[in-house]
Amino acid sequence: MPDNSRRALNFLLGSGIIASLASFLYPVAKFLRPPRVPEAPVNEVRVPGASQITPNTARIVKFGTRPVLLIRVNETKWRAFGATCTHLNCTVQYRSESQQIWCACHNGFYDLNGRVVSGPPPRPLDEFVVRARGDEVVIARRS
Amino acid sequence: MSVSLTVLLMLAPAAASRDTCRDCHAALEGPLAKPALEFARDVHAHSGFGCASCHGGDPTQEDPALSMSRARGFVGKIVRTAVPRACARCHNDASLMHKFKPQQRVDQLTQYLTSIHGKRLAQGDTAVATCTDCHGAHGILEVRNPQAPTHPLRLPATCGRCHADTRLMARYGLATNQLAEYQASVHWEALSQRRDLSAPGCATCHGNHGATPPEVSSVAAVCGTCHALLEELFRKSVHQPLFATMQRGGCSVCHGHHKVERTSVDMLDGQKSVCAGCHEPGSPGARLAAEMGRRIRELRSALDRSDQILARAARDGMEVSEAVLRQQEGREALVRARVAVHTANLEEVLAWTKQGMAVAHATWQAGQEALRERDRRRMGLAVSLCAIALAIAGLWLKLRSVEASRPGL
Amino acid sequence: MERAMAVQAARRWQGWLEERLGWDRVRMFLAHKEVPVHSGTAWYYFGGITLFLFGIQVATGILLLLYYRPTATEAYESVQFILTRVEFGWLIRSIHSWSANLMVLTAFIHMFSVAFLRGWRRPRELTWLSGILLLGLTLAFGFSGYLLPWNTTAYFATKVGTDLVGSVPLAGPALARFLRGGDEVTGATLTRFFGFHVAVLPALTTALLGLHLALVQRFGISTPPWLQSRGDVPQMPFVPNFLLRELMAWYLALGVLGMLAALFPWPLGEKADPFAPAPAGIRPEWYFLAAFYTLKLLPSHIWVLESEQAGLIGLGLLALWWAALPFWGVRPDGHERTRLLTGTGVLLIAWLSTFSVLGYFK
Repeated sequence: MPDNSRRALNFLLGSGIIASLASFLYPVAKFLRPPRVPEAPVNEVRVPGASQITPNTARIVKFGTRPVLLIRVNETKWRAFGATCTHLNCTVQYRSESQQIWCACHNGFYDLNGRVVSGPPPRPLDEFVVRARGDEVVIARRS
Repeated sequence: MSVSLTVLLMLAPAAASRDTCRDCHAALEGPLAKPALEFARDVHAHSGFGCASCHGGDPTQEDPALSMSRARGFVGKIVRTAVPRACARCHNDASLMHKFKPQQRVDQLTQYLTSIHGKRLAQGDTAVATCTDCHGAHGILEVRNPQAPTHPLRLPATCGRCHADTRLMARYGLATNQLAEYQASVHWEALSQRRDLSAPGCATCHGNHGATPPEVSSVAAVCGTCHALLEELFRKSVHQPLFATMQRGGCSVCHGHHKVERTSVDMLDGQKSVCAGCHEPGSPGARLAAEMGRRIRELRSALDRSDQILARAARDGMEVSEAVLRQQEGREALVRARVAVHTANLEEVLAWTKQGMAVAHATWQAGQEALRERDRRRMGLAVSLCAIALAIAGLWLKLRSVEASRPGL
Repeated sequence: MERAMAVQAARRWQGWLEERLGWDRVRMFLAHKEVPVHSGTAWYYFGGITLFLFGIQVATGILLLLYYRPTATEAYESVQFILTRVEFGWLIRSIHSWSANLMVLTAFIHMFSVAFLRGWRRPRELTWLSGILLLGLTLAFGFSGYLLPWNTTAYFATKVGTDLVGSVPLAGPALARFLRGGDEVTGATLTRFFGFHVAVLPALTTALLGLHLALVQRFGISTPPWLQSRGDVPQMPFVPNFLLRELMAWYLALGVLGMLAALFPWPLGEKADPFAPAPAGIRPEWYFLAAFYTLKLLPSHIWVLESEQAGLIGLGLLALWWAALPFWGVRPDGHERTRLLTGTGVLLIAWLSTFSVLGYFK
């Protein structure tokens, strides 16, 4: 076989193999790089900017797929509950003036233990554990 | 009164041990036996009370002349006008009721006397409801017992026994469609189908013992015991003082009082508009309602469009669960916008529709991005397939050249 | 000039490695290795393709291992994480799932082609037996891996599968408990299946595969008996002819795999909820469908046994008989039991295909 066409053939084969290998190795290389958020927030959620939550106010935080109501009771005490009302699934909110959790839909009230105080909700709110270390606040499931 | 009460109390334990009234009457036939048989499941029987507790007489005596002797306090059948006081003898006595149920209310008679039923009974009208009409006379069950006529699930039918009876209500000039209308409402649906016992029945809004239809000015407050946020918004609105002067008050102007149906944006404008009842077409009020309706519908369509594109992306294998979750926020904003309608203030509604539209926009973008990512993947596939085809071509040609020199196959 | 220097350097490196690794013997062996050429040669590729797909499984499996978490609380979320947050995670995962299914298919094709081409005859009985065991291990890989995303279909399919194992007479309940890590399918089952899937089964497979491949090299590719009698069968050098062809086949498989992964990405489903009722129409994976459907069709009692017990015993005996093929496929006098062989093979394929289809649609 003439040398030129032989070289062309080898070149074709080589480049085909290299191109295909590149198209496999490129995704693998990207896969190996850790993503920006390194793990799925399943058991624990770090709350960004928690220090900005003033005492006796609350914020809704996403925990996996559900909303959680994070309440800063005072400078050092935090509580967290599932923010879904147990009556008809509306999202609850915190009332600073009475320090109670309130559902606007049918006027259900819960206390700071998540227990029903008045109104139609049949069950207490799910409670979550809050750990505060300095400026960092972490919400976790109750085990 | 207190003497006979003491006698009753002394007799009560004795009645528990031997009750000739029940023994005799149970052996009789027909209507005379019924009370004795029914009493077996009565809540009073379980607390140690007997026939003599209400009817007087001596339950330890077998001789009817003695057991049913007037001298021993026997009153026989209690006339309808005397029923409330007869029950109140115990139920109005706090120290007595405390022995059995410390938290039991003892103001039922006081409340009853304020009600239409109580007032008319005092005037001698025996056709109105007394204690026994709603609670029963001999097989009285606690309200929380599902078989009791006063249980939330059965109460509307109990009230309806009279209030849906056209012949009876004709005497008072009262309508009889309330039960039928109530049974077409969302409240009854919640009660009967979802078994949500917190949903309102007749007594929730009208009161039970002090049953009186709410005054026009207090309708909103009554609805507001559950729909507190809506009452708050309504009170801030221009409608509140105006509705107070109308024949039907507050919430019932737009929502009705018994036939409270599922709300929809169609109540604002269009064929089914309730606003059109007062606001003529083209008036500022009508235009405001139309604008609210337009914005709400716009938000709803935007959210539906996002749902569709996300569903498409999901069908094509893309992972869009986060955007789907974000849609929840949008749906909540839609609910809040519809709720804000009660302020009769466009700005309040717009605040929520704007928020909702932002969410719908974001999820729409997410859907678009997902579809673009899907296309990028397909492009990537095409590129790698080309590379593979190139490699296969190279191999094939190499094979041919090898086999031309060294025959194999 | 530079080319000559490069060639010299390469030769020096070769010599250095050769002195220590003894490659020359391997090269000599490969240079002489031949493959029979006939109408059925195409079937020879399927063993290699199965091996290739296994390699892909190991590679993608190891990649997935970097992000996957084998507990009931985190498994589903970690797979979701791979699909949404890790770059090309969707690709690696879809390739892993599709390649698993393709590998089972090619393994079956390989087995049946060997059966029909009589590649199990003396002295290749151990190759056949190790192959059957490898098929069993492949199915075990499929069964254990299927549970790992911890979604609804996987959870209930595993429940049904382990319940069936429990129906095996005598050893059944103990075996089911061993598999499940308890009396129910729980997080313990997931962790256990994970251990099987990434450690136990790979170790066993590596050992058996080593044996299988060593035996294949030792005895070479077999020539069907009806050709042997005809005399000289044309041969193809393994290097480079067969190898180039095999590479083409592997690239083709890769292309198919890529298309499947990109156009039909493997779904994630919903997270398993053990307290929810089983959805209607729970089925095992397609490679178990034939057996599953057969068991469903059996009457509730056969003689003294319940239908599952009888069915499992029957299937077990069938598997044993098929594994023993080399021993009954040839009569003691050396003549083949051709009709029995062909009949069994055809019936087996017919049963597997029909009942798999039926099981899918019923």
